[in-house]
Amino acid sequence: MKAFMNSLEWSSFLTVEGQPKPFWILVRKEIAGHIRSWRFVILLVLIVLTFWGATSVAMGNLREVVAKTKDVDKLFVYLKMLTTTAGTLPPFHVFLNFLGPLLGISLGFDAINSEQQNGTLTRIMAQPVYRDNLLLSKFVSSLILVGALLFSLSLLMIGGGMVITGVLIEIEEVLRIMSFIILCTIYVGFWLGLSILLSIVFKQASTSALTTIGVWLFFTVFYQIVINIAAKTFAPAANEVSQMEMLHFNELILNLLRLAPSQLYTDATTTLLMPSVRSLGPVTMEQMAGAIPSPLPFRESLMIVWPQLCGLIAATLMCFALSYYLFMRREIRT
Amino acid sequence: MDNPIIKLEGLTKCYGAFKAVNGLDLSINKGEIFGLLGPNGAGKTTTILMMMGLTEPTEGKAHVCGFNATNDPISVKRLVGYMPDSVGFYDNMTALENLMYIGELNGIPRDEVKGRALETMEMVGLEEEAIHKKTAAYSRGMKQRLGLAEVLIKQPQVIILDEPTLGIDPSGVKEFLQLIMKLSREKGLTVLLSSHHLHQVQQVCDRVGIFVKGELLVEGNIDTLSKRLFEEKTYEVNITIEDDVKFPWKDEEEVLKLDFVQHVSAKGQNIAISSSRDVTPDIVRFFVEKEYRVNGVQKKSYGLEDIYQKYFDSNLKKQIDQ
Repeated sequence: MKAFMNSLEWSSFLTVEGQPKPFWILVRKEIAGHIRSWRFVILLVLIVLTFWGATSVAMGNLREVVAKTKDVDKLFVYLKMLTTTAGTLPPFHVFLNFLGPLLGISLGFDAINSEQQNGTLTRIMAQPVYRDNLLLSKFVSSLILVGALLFSLSLLMIGGGMVITGVLIEIEEVLRIMSFIILCTIYVGFWLGLSILLSIVFKQASTSALTTIGVWLFFTVFYQIVINIAAKTFAPAANEVSQMEMLHFNELILNLLRLAPSQLYTDATTTLLMPSVRSLGPVTMEQMAGAIPSPLPFRESLMIVWPQLCGLIAATLMCFALSYYLFMRREIRT
Repeated sequence: MDNPIIKLEGLTKCYGAFKAVNGLDLSINKGEIFGLLGPNGAGKTTTILMMMGLTEPTEGKAHVCGFNATNDPISVKRLVGYMPDSVGFYDNMTALENLMYIGELNGIPRDEVKGRALETMEMVGLEEEAIHKKTAAYSRGMKQRLGLAEVLIKQPQVIILDEPTLGIDPSGVKEFLQLIMKLSREKGLTVLLSSHHLHQVQQVCDRVGIFVKGELLVEGNIDTLSKRLFEEKTYEVNITIEDDVKFPWKDEEEVLKLDFVQHVSAKGQNIAISSSRDVTPDIVRFFVEKEYRVNGVQKKSYGLEDIYQKYFDSNLKKQIDQ
């Protein structure tokens, strides 16, 4: 084990002159702090319970689902475990649509301002550490935590599934579940980035928390309502316009909705977890003609969600870049 | 003497139109304890932050340990320990963990850091049971000590303490300052401490600089300061008598006729007389002859307090004149 650790320390990425780089010390401290904090424990319990609930409902209905002859996805048992519902509980990925932001917000809302309030920021900055390392460590440590949490949850599910059903997992399913986890982590990362940004902007942790929750509520609840109202007002009457125009209009509405990160997330997860989903917009009859009702290969599904994935990454990076810009120029005295 | 460890040249910092620090020139030699004195908002903390490279100066240069603090702050931070005026710690960690964290950030190897941390805590006088206590339960004085331990664990050449005595009780202050002085002498550390508490600074500093409204008004050791300030100045005698004097005091004219007496002011039972030479015996004789019942005679001597006050007063007057 020691030899292994030593070989790790060879890489100059992690160490400098045999010592771990200050950045990784910061990350380690952040992770330790999060794990010991009550808020992470509460969120962990919440997510584990949701996961357990959603999966056990899915397990109960698995037999019926797989037996459906019409369903083209029936062979993907493990994907079914993640997506099947009995109407009582939504599936896990839908849960994560609103638990994810909560996770991201709670891990990041007091990242910088609490340090400033406690007077620890000046102290850390007086050590030989680059200023951006602190910001980056906040972001990276939370992402590592979220990634590890989701990864271990899905591995647990796969393991449990194997024990219960005895069906061997296919490589396609592994790829899809892994990319689902990466997607979720990026989605949480976006909210994390936003909350860190607001924690730099606002001096009080409660203000930044409230503001981030406000943004989240706006995108999950009000944004759809606003778009729908606008759509109703501006929608052309059905018999006055051609079919193509109507189609364009629908496309426009859908694209507007996609400005919300949760919509991007929903689009992307649905496509990844349900191989039979071929398109995210309206499809004309001509396009459908001749299509064989079979699941898409992983590569094709990935191609469909690529724009969504890019959008999420871009939004995350934008938040991070902005917080970087603000933090580097910031006077650190309280 | 020719190789100062801290050298500030024309350091200026503006916040908008407000000049927090204005053309500061200062050099501090190795092994010296320098006190930066000034009222709140004089620009002491801003100056210190510029020395640490935590704030960019608008103009001028700050050289600390041979490095330019603005361009190469990391090198400066490796050699300089800084304790901010409001020390804060991670409350969910114990004191030892806090200290070890800072030690590791300074590149102390993991297997050495614990030993070094314990050693440093002993040096600053933190007891056995305090080491594993969460810092949330620490008193202000203990926090200051832990702050000092954090400054020392990196084995710095220079330590900068911003208001280190703020909020500790008098006996604690004395102990703390003696600790700083001892450490400085033992290890040849250069210490820069800022304060608005004059007596405390007086106790430990080799040299002080008085800093008001972003400008260093005067620097030097306390003796030179008081000499320079009061050489053409007056002696002051305060006489307390038993009965109130009526205003205007009937004997004022006569006192003024005494040799060297320049100014008399009477208020209630107190009469303050300033003269260009020490004429206390003459004044007392005068009072006795006039059959005043003298309760007390006080000759004023000048300490740092008066120096400080003097500078503030003259500075204030200058502003009013403008």
